Amino acid sequence: MSKILIRGAKVLGGEARDVLVDGETIAEVGTGIAAGDATVVEAEGRILLPGLVDLHTHLREPGREDSETVLTGTRAAASGGYTAVFAMANTFPVADTAGVVEQVWRLGREHGYCDVQPIGAVTVGLEGRKLAELGAMHDSAAAVTVFSDDGKCVDDAVIMRRALEYVKAFGGVVAQHAQEPRLTEGAQMNEGVVSAELGLGGWPAVAEESIIARDVLLAEHVGSRVHICHLSTAGSVAIVRWAKSRGIDVTAEVTPHHLLLTDELVRTYDPVYKVNPPLRTERDVMALREALADGTIDIVATDHAPHPHEDKDCEWAAAAMGMVGLETALSVVQHTMVDTGLLTWEGVADRMSFKPARIGRAEGHGRPVSAGEPANLTLLDPAYRGTVDPAGFASRSRNTPYEGRELPGRVTHTFLRGRATLMDGKLA
Amino acid sequence: MKRHLISAADLTRDDAVLILDTAEEMARVADRPIKKLPTLRGRTVVNLFFEDSTRTRISFEAAEKRLSADVINFAAKGSSVSKGESLKDTAQTLEAMGVDAVVIRHGASGAPYRLATSGWIDAAVINAGDGTHQHPTQALLDAFTMRRRLVGREAGLGQDLSGRRITIVGDILHSRVARSNVDLLHTLGAEVTLVAPPTLLPVGVGHWPCEVSYDLDSTLPKSDAVMMLRVQRERMNAAFFPTEREYSRRYGLDGDRMARMPEHAIVMHPGPMVRGMEITAEVADSDRCTAVEQVANGVHTRMAVLYLLLGGNEPAVTHARTEETK
Repeated sequence: MSKILIRGAKVLGGEARDVLVDGETIAEVGTGIAAGDATVVEAEGRILLPGLVDLHTHLREPGREDSETVLTGTRAAASGGYTAVFAMANTFPVADTAGVVEQVWRLGREHGYCDVQPIGAVTVGLEGRKLAELGAMHDSAAAVTVFSDDGKCVDDAVIMRRALEYVKAFGGVVAQHAQEPRLTEGAQMNEGVVSAELGLGGWPAVAEESIIARDVLLAEHVGSRVHICHLSTAGSVAIVRWAKSRGIDVTAEVTPHHLLLTDELVRTYDPVYKVNPPLRTERDVMALREALADGTIDIVATDHAPHPHEDKDCEWAAAAMGMVGLETALSVVQHTMVDTGLLTWEGVADRMSFKPARIGRAEGHGRPVSAGEPANLTLLDPAYRGTVDPAGFASRSRNTPYEGRELPGRVTHTFLRGRATLMDGKLA
Repeated sequence: MKRHLISAADLTRDDAVLILDTAEEMARVADRPIKKLPTLRGRTVVNLFFEDSTRTRISFEAAEKRLSADVINFAAKGSSVSKGESLKDTAQTLEAMGVDAVVIRHGASGAPYRLATSGWIDAAVINAGDGTHQHPTQALLDAFTMRRRLVGREAGLGQDLSGRRITIVGDILHSRVARSNVDLLHTLGAEVTLVAPPTLLPVGVGHWPCEVSYDLDSTLPKSDAVMMLRVQRERMNAAFFPTEREYSRRYGLDGDRMARMPEHAIVMHPGPMVRGMEITAEVADSDRCTAVEQVANGVHTRMAVLYLLLGGNEPAVTHARTEETK
């Protein structure tokens, strides 16, 4: 296989180094490495990160290929600097059997823009009543380790307890979409001053927090590990912080949009801001940033939720929930966390590569940028300033809240096991 | 005036007073043998109703016809909407037919706002009630009624409602009428108090420009107007309050309670009234209750809104005044 020399990139934002990739592996990291027959990527001023890993992506295939497919979703991932994504189970049919998870896994392998690790449903049909065949999904070719009914909450305490207990047998983790269903009936946005004014059904913070509180206690009780999807409130942060201080094995994620956007934007009634969990207040945003910085929140996950234009070009109540995020995630994190001084690039690597890979047990991903490691790499130009134009997205859907907004940073190269999936900003 | 009327909060004090004054002029038309003005001749207004509402639709239709507009009534039931057509497609179909204004009633909060701001259509948009958000013409007709009763028909011209104390009672949480009234009455200088059980008040109500009380009895003696809201029976099973009887005892307006109001104070209701629940027949049928008057005033107020949004401004008002003076 060919060789690539990435010359002069700041590895994890630190010292400028040359990184020689030989085949699927990093051969050497140092200074003044001779190019020889390698293809040279001049990377002065750029940041070299381990390939990003997204623990929370919706690829929509099978079933909603009009929104996204494994191919278009992984192309979007490569554009955003990701080398591995975990695909959520709320497809049609639901990924609640070995057959469906293997299908998704195989599609990922065939397309090759990034590794696709399917997430298995916790319950049959995401209905919350009966455990899906968690063991069979783990034993399949897809080797599922993360289970989630995301989109829906496993609200039955007994089912949640059983799931947490059961996955211990093979080191799995249950990723909970924390949303108490009765407290969010008819809910359409964050409950508070803005929802009261707009007359939109309120989604109280306590609907998220009460489930997280319950689940960390359940995880403690059965001695299992639980992962909390997309934290959105200051109260959720406080509960996770408390749980960690108590020694409970809990991890948590935050989306880029919850680090930046607030419910004030809903005043536009533009469904591009309709998302689950909803955009919260400025106070929540600040608490989430602080928690990501101090490690209370372990990782950034995109919750990339593609929808076709017609599902968003309508009145608020009729619109689908969710926004795309793979292609803008790193820019939003730079804007909210790095440019604000809250996180170093090393911290970004930790929250967007090392830890998500560790939580999901993504083999070969989230590894140090050192000789002998798989060459899964992301190269970023942090000085770039540009306006987000969804027309250029690789995702099949364009439901981004950032259209026309200036965001910093641009992923220029992504390497998956030594092969460029993104080269000079263009998909390879 | 703005191009659309989406929310009572969009109106300045001067806008609102202009509408109320114009409505007084329009009311004079109702006293004539031929209750019609040529103002909107050649203009087409569509009443786009995605939700059942006989009262509001007829009121708008009467207002439009009195201004000589061509009126199209569009009910979503049995239409292409029930076959899955989106609001956008429906709006664009109507736009293609050369509609000048769309009066929209929709179950989804924000639907009129989307219609007005999304670029789907060019027509003026008038919100005739959206979800639990706003019902601005209801607030205007309520303010019109209050100004007439509390200030006087002639004396009220050019006046707002400064210093008047208005109490709104009942299901504030689900009420677009309450939201619109709080916004408009505040703009007009009135002091508003909302009275309801805590379960029927929105979480963010503390930020609204009004007072909040759980106790109706202590509020009544200092009220110039008490507006009773309908309690929707479907709320009964959702644990907002224990029983109809308990609600009625704590928040219903009966003769005894009405007697605690100042003599000049009026009782209002946007209708339809549930007699025996939030209001007794004795109160509903008393001279102090303005429910029927509010319906009549709705037509005048909607004529004023349509006229000001579509017809221009001063000349037609002057025309009406001049004719009256002659």
